[in-house]
Amino acid sequence: MAIELLIGAIKAIIVLLMVLQLSAILLWFERKGSALIQDRIGANRAAITGFGRRLGMPNLGFVNTLMADPLKLFTKEDFVPAGADKFLHALAPFLAMFPVLITFAVVPFGDVLIIGDQHINLQAANLNVAALYILATIGLGVYGVALGGWASNNRWALLGGIRATAQMISYELAMGLAIVSMVMTYGTLDLQAMCHAQSGVWFGWLPRWGIFVQPIAFLLLLTAGMAESKRVPFDLPEGESELIAGYFTEYSGGKQAVFMLIDFAEIVLVSALVTTFFFGGWNFPWLYPDGFHLPGGAHLGLPNVAVAIIEVITFTVKVVAFCWLQILARWTLPRFRYDQLMRLGWKGLLPVGLANVVVTACVIVFAGV
Amino acid sequence: MPLWLFIFLAALSIIAAAGLILQRHPVHSLLALVLTLIVIGILFIGLGATTVGFLQMIVYAGAIMILFLFVIWLLNLQTQPLEGGRLALKFLGALGSAALIAELLVFVLHLPAPLGHNQPVAIDYGSIARLAQGLFTSYLVAFEVTSILLLVGVVGAVALARRTTAEGAPGGSP
Amino acid sequence: MAPPSYFMGLSAILFCIGVAGVLLRRNIIIIFMSIELMLNAVNLAFVALSRAWGSVDGQAIVFFVMTVAAAEAAVGLGIILSIYRNRETVNADEINLMRW
Repeated sequence: MAIELLIGAIKAIIVLLMVLQLSAILLWFERKGSALIQDRIGANRAAITGFGRRLGMPNLGFVNTLMADPLKLFTKEDFVPAGADKFLHALAPFLAMFPVLITFAVVPFGDVLIIGDQHINLQAANLNVAALYILATIGLGVYGVALGGWASNNRWALLGGIRATAQMISYELAMGLAIVSMVMTYGTLDLQAMCHAQSGVWFGWLPRWGIFVQPIAFLLLLTAGMAESKRVPFDLPEGESELIAGYFTEYSGGKQAVFMLIDFAEIVLVSALVTTFFFGGWNFPWLYPDGFHLPGGAHLGLPNVAVAIIEVITFTVKVVAFCWLQILARWTLPRFRYDQLMRLGWKGLLPVGLANVVVTACVIVFAGV
Repeated sequence: MPLWLFIFLAALSIIAAAGLILQRHPVHSLLALVLTLIVIGILFIGLGATTVGFLQMIVYAGAIMILFLFVIWLLNLQTQPLEGGRLALKFLGALGSAALIAELLVFVLHLPAPLGHNQPVAIDYGSIARLAQGLFTSYLVAFEVTSILLLVGVVGAVALARRTTAEGAPGGSP
Repeated sequence: MAPPSYFMGLSAILFCIGVAGVLLRRNIIIIFMSIELMLNAVNLAFVALSRAWGSVDGQAIVFFVMTVAAAEAAVGLGIILSIYRNRETVNADEINLMRW
């Protein structure tokens, strides 16, 4: 009993740290990636008391930038505007952060790791209603944004908060429908079981990934996920040219850092969900629990620890690939106007999602899949 | 769920419910209600009804309460001043509520023996499959009627909330 | 495991707090939220008893109660908005045109 608690705690801490580190690295990705796309150099100089210069390397590049940015944010004055609701103003960032982080508890980052006689399921919490849990936490994520905009006693922040809330609850529906069609395809709500169902091959060489079965649901989930996390092209709630910073205008210092971190943590979340549902999660093509079974018939036996490590690395690479895709989309596409955004959510994605569910249901019932 | 966890969650929900009726600002009351709903959802999950518990969080705490929040913003409600007067109603109301609580507690803490403990249930007791089996066989008519009810609710809410042309153009997006 | 009577006791207390909210507060929105609290207390009683009997009927009923509460909340808030547009107030004491 105690050893299981300990293993669970270690898994939870590892997942949390993985997410937070990835979010911080994505910040650097974003700055340098956007610089590459826009044909400029980006931020490459930072000096913490001349640290780099003394070592003979004046521009330590990403290490300095990665450390300097958060350090600057956390040492700034924490300013609460006059007339603002102090308690809610302080609570909002953390209320917004909490649902994003706890959703990662059900994302499987590997298969079973066998140490001694312990079979450790590489998933922080093995819920058998994991898909429902994801929908619940995404639904709860609206409160932090809404309250952050309202508690600032600033009508532009409130406007940004209202826009963000309306956008989030609209695109939750499309996300829910995409997840429902995947649940119907795999017949289970459990994410680890879905990943297991995506191992193996068709025709001897094509991996059984979800994207080959439900391409429309993939596009739906990716689009709705990007809209949920208020990324460009859906970032009107924090439209930089219109509302300064939207719902987090009146936040400075550590709370602003938390709001920025939420942005990147949600990128990681959407990438992790897309990977798990549509790209086989931790499945490396042709990798089975006892080693590689290549299409030609070759078999390469591997110990369980090596298989687990390859699976975790595969998962991370896939997640980072989708994070990169979302960053690319941000710096390529212009922003949607608000009515275009709502029209896309309600008149575009929702009917497509419903049609997808109906078609999936018909295929399952009539083709007996 | 273990007894200590139940006591903790029960105390939390009672404090949050008391916060709902005692807070001065409607938004604070709403947040207290959201906390109550989430705690009740956790109690559902602890009782084995996982689907209904998560549905509670998705539907109630995640959607209905956002609707309330929007209406509070739309009406621009501020901190309600402490209402004085009407002491007779308050006194009698408190007395009546206390009497109701006492009577109900006496009743429920001495339930007949078959209800004094939980029946053993299957491992997938609260799963979505079992709930769906019940919904689509025994309660199919109610299920279909509920969908019509929701449609009527949507149409009614839109009809009630839209501005008539006498008050200005229908509101576009904010 | 707490016996079902404890859950029923909690449901009773939450219900009574909801009743107190309806009786003691004058803001219509708070009254409405107290009504939602009462509905949730009843949901808790349903789920606790459904577990006590070992059947899933209570949960199906909770499903319907939740749906009806959602529809009722939407329509009720629409009515409150109409009242506000006509009377400029959400204080239940001042909406007394039909009182004797």
